[in-house]
Amino acid sequence: MKITVNGTTQETAAPTLDALLQELGYGAAKVATAVNEDFVPAAIRPEQRLNDGDRVEIVAPRQGG
Amino acid sequence: MPTYYETEVTSRLMLGTAQYPSPAILAQAFKRSGAGIATVSVRREAGGERAGQAFWDMIGDLGVRVLPNTAGCHSVREAVTTAQMARELFDTNWIKLEVIGHADTLQPDPFGLVEAARILTDDGFQVFPYCTEDLVLCERLVEAGCRVLMPWGAPIGTGLGLNNIYGLRSLRAHFPDLPLVIDAGLGLPSQAAHAMELGYDAVLLNTAVAKAGDPAAMAEGFARALEAGRLGYEADPMEPRDMAAPSTPVLGRAFT
Repeated sequence: MKITVNGTTQETAAPTLDALLQELGYGAAKVATAVNEDFVPAAIRPEQRLNDGDRVEIVAPRQGG
Repeated sequence: MPTYYETEVTSRLMLGTAQYPSPAILAQAFKRSGAGIATVSVRREAGGERAGQAFWDMIGDLGVRVLPNTAGCHSVREAVTTAQMARELFDTNWIKLEVIGHADTLQPDPFGLVEAARILTDDGFQVFPYCTEDLVLCERLVEAGCRVLMPWGAPIGTGLGLNNIYGLRSLRAHFPDLPLVIDAGLGLPSQAAHAMELGYDAVLLNTAVAKAGDPAAMAEGFARALEAGRLGYEADPMEPRDMAAPSTPVLGRAFT
């Protein structure tokens, strides 16, 4: 299926958000996630099913003002 | 010292963490100014990048409280989701809420700001709203649950100082017990001192320090100005007057 990750469209076979993070090499990285603009807590990622056209955001701590 | 949501801090300076020449200079700016709160953000990260972890470790070494922001969000939904992601990443209920309403001035969208503040307060957040000095907006933010207000001095990154003294003074008078923080627009320590003289509790800076030729020195300059201005405020200043009044005694002057 085709999904969008951080603004870039890509193919994936990952059935869940957790599986997608593993597939993309995030491992144990300190990141937070959202799917289709809704926050998905880390504990929910293994249950968060992905569907064609989903928009996934993966963010981390950064400098800010 | 100011107390935000039952947490007393040891400094009147909140300092941003962006745009410094290097992480070492950022650390020096915090050390020399004694800033007690660091603002931070969340941004996209690629797999394997691990920049977030490195930044998080560096902030941890500063030994200050973090105040995550929702910078760049233009809608309520973006801001709320960003705040929720920030809460998980930074493990704090504090959020500097930005809902930007105009791309040129980066001024807050007052309508979206109130709506987002209400949603986040109901969700357990302690909201620090980046707002204008509009009194009615600030009343609505307090009704929405905000227990601190952060009006701008001038648009973000401009260094223009306090653009509406009347409005800022009016806010101080209407909210005597609420922590008020000037957020954005300051460029010089004298402007921070002025904010203190108006009775404000703190200022939030980033560009003024990070973009100075010597950021650490400028950070210390701001810290001293805050102290000076606050002392002046607490010392009950004289009333200004139009007519001159001699300070040296008139009685006993020679040649009279």
